[in-house]
Amino acid sequence: MTGYLYYPGCSLKGSGAPYEKSLLAVFSALGQELKEIPDWNCCGATAYLSVDQDMAVAMAARNLAIAEKLDGQDVVAPCSGCYLSLAKAKATLAEYPDVRARVTAALGKASLPYEGRVAVRHPLEVLLTDVGPEVLKKRVTRPLKNLRVAPYYGCAILRPYPGVPSPQAPHSLEDLCRVVGATPVDYPNKARCCGGMLTAGVQSVGLRLVEILLCEAKAADVDAVVTTCPLCQYNLEVYQERICKAKGKDVRLPILYFTQLLGMAFGLDDHALGMDQLLRVPLVAPCAGVKA
Amino acid sequence: MNPPAEAPRIGVFVCDCGFNILGVVDVPAVVKFAAALPGVVHAEEYKYMCSDPGQDLIKKAVQEHGLNRVVVASCSPTLHERTFRRVVSEAGINPFLFNMVNIREGVSWVTEDKVQATEKAESLIDAGVRRVTLQEPLEARSEPVNPNVLVIGGGIAGMHASLSLANANRGAKVHLVERQPSIGGNMARFDKTFPTLDCASCILTPKMTEVKIHPNIRLHSYSEVVSVDGYVGNFDVTIEHKPRYINEDLCIGCLKCIEACVFKDARFPNEFDLGLAKRKPIYIPFPQAVPTKVLIDPHDCLYLRLGTCKKTCIDACEKDAIDLEQKPDRVSLKVGTIVVATGFKPFDARRKPQYGYGVLPNVYTALEMERFLSPTGPTEGVPLLQDGRKPETVGIIHCVGSRDKNTNEYCSKVCCMYSLKLAHLIKERTGAEVYNFYIDMRTPGKGYEEFYERLLSEGLKVIRGRVAEVTKAALTRAEKDHLIIRAEDTLAGFVRRIPVDMVVLAVGLEPQSDTQELRRMLNLSCGHEGFLQELHPKLAPVSTATDGIFIAGACQGPKDIPETVAQAGAAASEALSLIHRGVVEIQPYTAVVNEELCSGCKVCIGMCPYDAIGYDEEKRVVHVTEVKCKGCGVCAAACPTGAMDQQHFRKELVMAEIAGVI
Ligand SMILES: Cc1cc2nc3c(=O)[nH]c(=O)nc-3n(C[C@H](O)[C@H](O)[C@H](O)COP(=O)(O)OP(=O)(O)OC[C@H]3O[C@@H](n4cnc5c(N)ncnc54)[C@H](O)[C@@H]3O)c2cc1C
Ligand code: SF4
Ligand code: SF4
Repeated sequence: MTGYLYYPGCSLKGSGAPYEKSLLAVFSALGQELKEIPDWNCCGATAYLSVDQDMAVAMAARNLAIAEKLDGQDVVAPCSGCYLSLAKAKATLAEYPDVRARVTAALGKASLPYEGRVAVRHPLEVLLTDVGPEVLKKRVTRPLKNLRVAPYYGCAILRPYPGVPSPQAPHSLEDLCRVVGATPVDYPNKARCCGGMLTAGVQSVGLRLVEILLCEAKAADVDAVVTTCPLCQYNLEVYQERICKAKGKDVRLPILYFTQLLGMAFGLDDHALGMDQLLRVPLVAPCAGVKA
Repeated sequence: MNPPAEAPRIGVFVCDCGFNILGVVDVPAVVKFAAALPGVVHAEEYKYMCSDPGQDLIKKAVQEHGLNRVVVASCSPTLHERTFRRVVSEAGINPFLFNMVNIREGVSWVTEDKVQATEKAESLIDAGVRRVTLQEPLEARSEPVNPNVLVIGGGIAGMHASLSLANANRGAKVHLVERQPSIGGNMARFDKTFPTLDCASCILTPKMTEVKIHPNIRLHSYSEVVSVDGYVGNFDVTIEHKPRYINEDLCIGCLKCIEACVFKDARFPNEFDLGLAKRKPIYIPFPQAVPTKVLIDPHDCLYLRLGTCKKTCIDACEKDAIDLEQKPDRVSLKVGTIVVATGFKPFDARRKPQYGYGVLPNVYTALEMERFLSPTGPTEGVPLLQDGRKPETVGIIHCVGSRDKNTNEYCSKVCCMYSLKLAHLIKERTGAEVYNFYIDMRTPGKGYEEFYERLLSEGLKVIRGRVAEVTKAALTRAEKDHLIIRAEDTLAGFVRRIPVDMVVLAVGLEPQSDTQELRRMLNLSCGHEGFLQELHPKLAPVSTATDGIFIAGACQGPKDIPETVAQAGAAASEALSLIHRGVVEIQPYTAVVNEELCSGCKVCIGMCPYDAIGYDEEKRVVHVTEVKCKGCGVCAAACPTGAMDQQHFRKELVMAEIAGVI
């Protein structure tokens, strides 16, 4: 029973395609198997939970029940939103017997017994704990020297079901940056909100949050911001021009996935990492990367 | 053993303990059950068995029904076994023909299930009745109480207890053991104390000196208690003096050696100043230290670390006091009572990383601020920023590590008050604007609320809300180059960002990190937060479950100086009361040998931790020295032939008890 089960969620199949590409490329470069959960469904995200708790939990739990039925390996959920929905469903089922009774009854009808056996994990933590910095470092062929990076976690993998160690002062991305030879800057806003759905709903508020994050990264003179979540990446990347125009300041910055950063250092191909699908790529990399 | 002389006539008395037991256990049913047990001739229920009428009821029943054995089913024996043994003995029955069954702590307090609780109470009483049937009359022996006292910890609690004891207890010694090079504890770090703002050293230093010169106190500074054996009235204690590398008797505290040390600059963090100031390898912790003797830190001293140095300190010392070859030395003492006053440890602010301690500049703990405010501290009483400027704005964050599910749930009790004190002193010394961020302002105590009012009228800004974070990510020009404290103002109903120059973290009080080792050495218990546990929270606040050992001050839980001193006085008086009584009763739970069964294999001799068993060459059997035996029972368990047994815990008794519960 080796490898991991992979729960992509909708983002990685759509706007977050570069995340999926780079994730799969990096895992395969490390010889770690990621097996997509067959017939997975929507995680329910935050929206459904506010409409009908039982239904929302049942939807997320269905994915976990399928995983249990397979080999019961750990489920890797790269999208922070999915990670949160799955973790929350698992915790709710463990804590509230009444919800559990209703949800397991529903899943039972689909011959999907649920026992809560599989772990839900974020790939950032999987890479750092299971594979480990030493092994990652050995795989680096193109150290990203001189690359200054703002590590940005967003909220969903930190609160309230921490997916990485030390959630009050996370350091996993910083550790990863050091592994690839880049310089993580002190980025005090690293756990703040990216605006989430507010960038669509209440744009004035959502964009203000994005602006704060970008200005802070600019002030730290970074070459790129590295993210762990497709929604964070999207919010930080696509509204840059609009903010520049509205506020008369330059907030343009490359916004990468941490898996792209790792892939670049592994010397993987741009296209395989989905670099060509980003609006901006850091200047010093990938082409300017120096051989070790 | 001999069968009981007369047929057992057992009385069972079941206590309601108000609603404590009655609320969960069906007491009338239990009484009915007990009445039907073999040997039981009388069973009854009462509201409070330990009360005077309850005690009389037992005595009366003994008379009326001619009882010769008694079982009381109520609370834990640690609470009232002594009470009921006395009652039984006053009624004319040997106190060891009594058995106490715990149906409160072990039953009604641990479940809400009435059926199960009643069943468990019944089976425990069944066990208790079977056991008492086989119990034998025994005699407790009494022993003199050694009048010497051991006090562990030389903070304000330990010093006050030592002085009270030394003043009253003529002719005996108080041994005060302090692990630091100087006594004084945390109070020695403060400049002023709340709510009166009186000078801490003015009230502390005279006490420290008195401890030093008192003829009845022997101060063991820079020492550790390494072992404690024995029992109330007769403890054997071993103390280790750590090497100071100075002969304490010769050193006059002239400090010439410090001046002469080959290290020209002070470059090692001074523990007393929490690392804010530096010292040399040879140093004195602070100017008023008691004893006023220098010491050398072997980790910093060139000679002690590397074996080579010009040893200029030795030449400088006119008294020949420096001894770089000094080794730790141990002394053994006998004492009759022990007072534990080991104080607290401040909460480690790094455990709340969102407040930036250790990462952001100019973020300090309250204890560090106490040192900044002290005239003998690193900035001579005026708190300064790292760039040397006076701060213009300071934020004090309350409840750091306290009242927090992630760290400690309890309130640390003194931090609201000391935060107000610090706010006043910071304003006084720097003229800074001070903001206190609190959850609830807790100021109960004489003159405490008035102190809070005074601070408000002095213009202190208070904001109600737990601080979310301290950050240096500025959003506006006003915030630039400041620390920004972000908190929800729960009275105004919005989130505030307050830029300040300096942040002070009001860290809570935690148990000392070695409390568990201390607990094991002294056979004490700890509450769930880890502080030492008193025998009873209301009625025996300084006693412990181990007779003859008392606790005082912050080692028992967070408290301020007035409360600490009151407890220290109480602990001293409890110890004195034992000393003046002069004798203690020793339970007769010793081991006994049945010589007929003993094969002389001597297995027990090697097992006995107290060296209480000897071998009779002539009879070829072992014998027990009663005064040495502590009744641990190891030998009885080890004996292959069943010759060794322990009084009041004989095998039949234990087996009968087990048969009752299964
Ligand atoms: C920042 C701050 C400010 C405060 N300000 C005030 C104030 O203004 N007014 C007020 O009333 N209260 C104040 N307090 C509370 C006050 O500090 C305590 O009430 C007081 O220190 C408790 O005294 P203690 O002797 O019990 O403990 P401590 O002062 O902690 O002393 C314990 C002593 O025991 C020693 N020790 C520990 N373990 C051992 C061992 N195993 N063997 C030998 N020795 C040992 C320690 O080295 C120490 O010397 C403040 C507390 C803090 C944190
Ligand atoms: S031996 Fe050397 S380093 Fe050590 S205290 Fe003396 S002079 Fe200083
Ligand atoms: S005393 Fe005040 S600051 Fe200290 S924990 Fe209690 S409420 Fe918080």
